[in-house]
Amino acid sequence: MAEPPLSTLSGWGRHSAQGRELVGEDLEAMSAGAHLSRGLGRSYGDSSLPPDDHQAVLNTTFADRILHFDQDTGALRAESGLSLSELNRLLMPRGYFTPVSPGTSFVTLGGMVAADVHGKNQHRAGNFGDHVTALKMRVGDGRVVECSPEQYSDLFFATIGGMGLTGHILEVEFTLRSIPSEWVWQESRRIHDIDEFQDALEDAATKWPYSMGWIDCLARGKHMGRGILMTGDWAEADQAPPTPPKQGFRPSLRFDWPSWVLNGLTIRAFNELYYRKQWRRESSGIVSHASFTYPLDAIRSWNRMYGRRGFTQYQCVLPREAGRSSARRVLEVLTARGGASFLCVIKDFGRDSCGVLSFPRPGITLALDIAVRDDTQALVDALNEQVLREGGRIYLAKDSFTRREHFEAMEGQRLDEFRAVRDRWDPQRRFRSAQSVRLLGD
Amino acid sequence: MRVAFLGATKGMGRALARLMAEREDAICLLGRNHDDLQRSASDLSVYGGGAPVPCVPCDLERPESFTAAIAASREALGGLDAVVVSAGIFATQDALEADPKLAERLLRVDFTNTVLFCEAAKKTLLAEGGGTLCAFSSVAGERGRKPIIIYGAAKAGLTRYLEGLDHKHSADGLRVVTVKPGFVKTSMTAGLQPPPFAGEPEGVARQVLRAIDRGTPVVYAPPAWRLIMAVIRALPRAIMRRVGF
Repeated sequence: MAEPPLSTLSGWGRHSAQGRELVGEDLEAMSAGAHLSRGLGRSYGDSSLPPDDHQAVLNTTFADRILHFDQDTGALRAESGLSLSELNRLLMPRGYFTPVSPGTSFVTLGGMVAADVHGKNQHRAGNFGDHVTALKMRVGDGRVVECSPEQYSDLFFATIGGMGLTGHILEVEFTLRSIPSEWVWQESRRIHDIDEFQDALEDAATKWPYSMGWIDCLARGKHMGRGILMTGDWAEADQAPPTPPKQGFRPSLRFDWPSWVLNGLTIRAFNELYYRKQWRRESSGIVSHASFTYPLDAIRSWNRMYGRRGFTQYQCVLPREAGRSSARRVLEVLTARGGASFLCVIKDFGRDSCGVLSFPRPGITLALDIAVRDDTQALVDALNEQVLREGGRIYLAKDSFTRREHFEAMEGQRLDEFRAVRDRWDPQRRFRSAQSVRLLGD
Repeated sequence: MRVAFLGATKGMGRALARLMAEREDAICLLGRNHDDLQRSASDLSVYGGGAPVPCVPCDLERPESFTAAIAASREALGGLDAVVVSAGIFATQDALEADPKLAERLLRVDFTNTVLFCEAAKKTLLAEGGGTLCAFSSVAGERGRKPIIIYGAAKAGLTRYLEGLDHKHSADGLRVVTVKPGFVKTSMTAGLQPPPFAGEPEGVARQVLRAIDRGTPVVYAPPAWRLIMAVIRALPRAIMRRVGF
């Protein structure tokens, strides 16, 4: 096969690199010649991008066949390029849904494993990796192996949340959960400050399978951390409308917005309006599952809103031990620097992760969408220094600015363990990404 | 509908077969790679709600396998209403000029053998009292163009053959559907710069299925290519000698 041409590959935040993308249906054959896999390119930073010296990356999106599905148990095995949106389209009408879903359905199963994605139900269901029963992989010495919690368990647990650095994920096996309908009973509630938010999330965790909050991160002082708490549960068949939700028109941003569109003023206006939208203290109702779980999927290519320079998402977790005021301290770093985040999400994590390098741990997570400007590096550095002081860590699937020394300080022993697995399975460091070179040195 | 399908494991064929499976058409897969066929059979079986999908060995490089394969799929499905062939090979003009063996193989597979396969399918469908024969040709066969001379010649021949078949047998109940995809984003076109109006396999599949249901003789997919090719066909030779497409 001829070498594919050099093209510009980019993450969702529009951070880009030059790469040669291998594209095709036969992952097992193609993976022999590639150094990294990438799926739909929804990780925000540089985790799906090749480093300068290893340009061949495997695009998995044409490898999307379902190899096994048990209608009685929900057990499923598929090629790793299958997208969650296709899986939902096909199996939700049959009463099955992924046990854990991230905030977009435009991700592949392989990507969900590699990032060990979490969702609004992290406090109950953990991460996606907690539900994976087996993986088929192409590893560093060229072999194709099956791994699971019982077989090659070191490889298995390092691959979950391992950002593709342990080998190519060829097939994924996991178990879907049954759902009573495709509708969600949603409640939204206005929250006045960050302390109330943490109480509210804690309370919601005991009552609701799904919960998350939106924060107006421009509000300062006593309003700091005001926002809206959203909670949900599957609507029972007798509560739900008789027909499944229709997928409405999905507009697409066809061009890059100029970078001045999102400025402090427009972001402030948006945040104010969004907060005021929740004019009642509480509201509730039945909504389609898609509008509850994937609100941003309604606008395709919404990342173009941030213009040519793109954006980064800063997501960290602050452990419970850091205390209730840790979230306030991190938000203070943002506001003190005049950092304007268009979208800020808060969520409590209730469960530890099984993956060696997975992101979630019990505590509070904050995710901030930040347009890339000249001072973004300094802002991320300041946030990282605060997160380090709180004993927290960052989410690799979102990152493109963190410095190696910060990352190593956050991960400590976990990183040693991850390196040990990489040494065993890929001592040559065949598998690398732009991100691994930046944060791990290889 | 009972369909024998050669080429359902990849690209537009995969998308079309999934649509058919989802509406519970009975599909029999034809192909040469047993493992690959089985994987697609499992996939289509899930799309179809659990009904098993039979597989029959058939190699587009071995015409002697055609009659038996079509008979076996007729047997497996208990009759036959349609035959779809979306298999074929593609190579760039540069690669074909550099390698005469590859050029010979491409001409043989995409023209000679595809015609022979359609001949075998036609006989069986006519014996069933009629049915639909859907074959994937290409807009590349519409005009001699610099980047796709040899591939385009094979597809031009195939298009003419299918046209003649339609003329001869439409009164006998044979409905011939000629699909002419323009640029569609599949693994076949990976690495090529997609032009404007590039299509997605799923969109093409929806168009083709509609054409099969209605018996539309010619499908340009995406539809914009009908107009584009009308313009290209009308361009004078002097211009075609100068432009790069």
